[in-house]
Amino acid sequence: MAQHQVNYSQDGGLPIALTSIDKVVNWGRSNSLWAMTYGLACCGIEMMASGASRFDFDRFGTIFRASPRQSDLMIVAGTLTKKHAEFIKRLYDQMAEPRWVISMGSCANTGGMFNTYATVQGVDRIIPVDLYLPGCAPRPETLQYAVMMLQKKIRAEKAGKAQRPKRLL
Amino acid sequence: MRAYKPKDDVQKKSYYTDRYWIAPQVPTSKVEDDAVFAADLAAIKAKFDVSDAYIQVEQMVVYIKPEDNYAVLELLRDELGYTQLSEMSAIDWIAKQGQFEIFYQMLSMSKRKRLRIKCFIDEKQAIESVSPLFRSADWSEREMYDMFGTIVNNHPYMKRILMPDDWEGHPLRKTYPLQGDEFAAWYEVDRIYGKEARAIIGPEIRDSAEVDRLDTERFSRLGFEVPMGAEPKAADAEPTVETLQEEGGVFLVEKFDEADGHIIEDRKR
Repeated sequence: MAQHQVNYSQDGGLPIALTSIDKVVNWGRSNSLWAMTYGLACCGIEMMASGASRFDFDRFGTIFRASPRQSDLMIVAGTLTKKHAEFIKRLYDQMAEPRWVISMGSCANTGGMFNTYATVQGVDRIIPVDLYLPGCAPRPETLQYAVMMLQKKIRAEKAGKAQRPKRLL
Repeated sequence: MRAYKPKDDVQKKSYYTDRYWIAPQVPTSKVEDDAVFAADLAAIKAKFDVSDAYIQVEQMVVYIKPEDNYAVLELLRDELGYTQLSEMSAIDWIAKQGQFEIFYQMLSMSKRKRLRIKCFIDEKQAIESVSPLFRSADWSEREMYDMFGTIVNNHPYMKRILMPDDWEGHPLRKTYPLQGDEFAAWYEVDRIYGKEARAIIGPEIRDSAEVDRLDTERFSRLGFEVPMGAEPKAADAEPTVETLQEEGGVFLVEKFDEADGHIIEDRKR
């Protein structure tokens, strides 16, 4: 029978690591960001490439879910039309808190080149956005970097506190 | 001789237009030049009124009366071998002549020919649906109604196809503004949050280069650092050319001292 050896002269004398609740909760949250499948246009292709084997989102703990109920992260990848605006709001409301939004690409950020009657001029008119990712379309590496930046942001948040009130109603 | 066009509004135009530019025209030829088309046209003319017909880019164009559209297309499909309606839509000529031009692009696989049936309808005039003849006309006519507001009679499901059902206006009309009217600008805000939210969300930013210096949430301040979310102060306002240099304004715009200047008497000096 193997004996459990504890070296009391190392590791502060105990076989445990001390941390705070915030850190351990945010460690879990930031390393299992389940993203909702939300490809709206050509940015969606880059988002799919990011999830596939070459760029491999799985190593960040980011796996795509087909349901808002199971998702923490909404990557709005592509042009949001005015007809579709109410559905993005509904899907965002269906996501359980805490939830985050990455606005991916110029179209989602500002309407981009679609300065027309039918395009929402920035997805932040409908839902609050945590991270704006520029590019048309952003490369998968850029989306990976955006997710890493979002992880950094999550790790800096308070775990217990409800999310900061957003700009939208 | 070139037709005279009034040029009084040249100053109002935001872009340069050449006064002597003439729009290039695709050359047309007579229908008799092509034996197949000549026979087709004779078959149409035997039963219906044809106001004009010519061949352009190897395709025959035939102008008919709008009431005859169903019967002409039926004749083309059943007797002349034009079995496919590859495209149809409308063209907005309301500013020019108060009418829409409806076109039906036909294809005959057996004859290896394409022809186009055209007709004019007034703005409020309805046209008969050809979707019983061609299934492809079903969605095309819905799109035509959605984009131009042309009413189609006896369509099985006359409803908007691209824009939302509660949309106002028909976007492909020449009078429809590209960036949308008042209704379009607030559509998603009104629909999701209600009209009360307009003041909070604010109007759409259509200027792609817009920078709001006092907005510390979304823009960084150039020159000196300000914490995010800080309230703007009056001193943060950007100096303008109206502000003098002595009063903290822009460089080289100084207060004029009369003692330093002198008046030139001889204007031709």
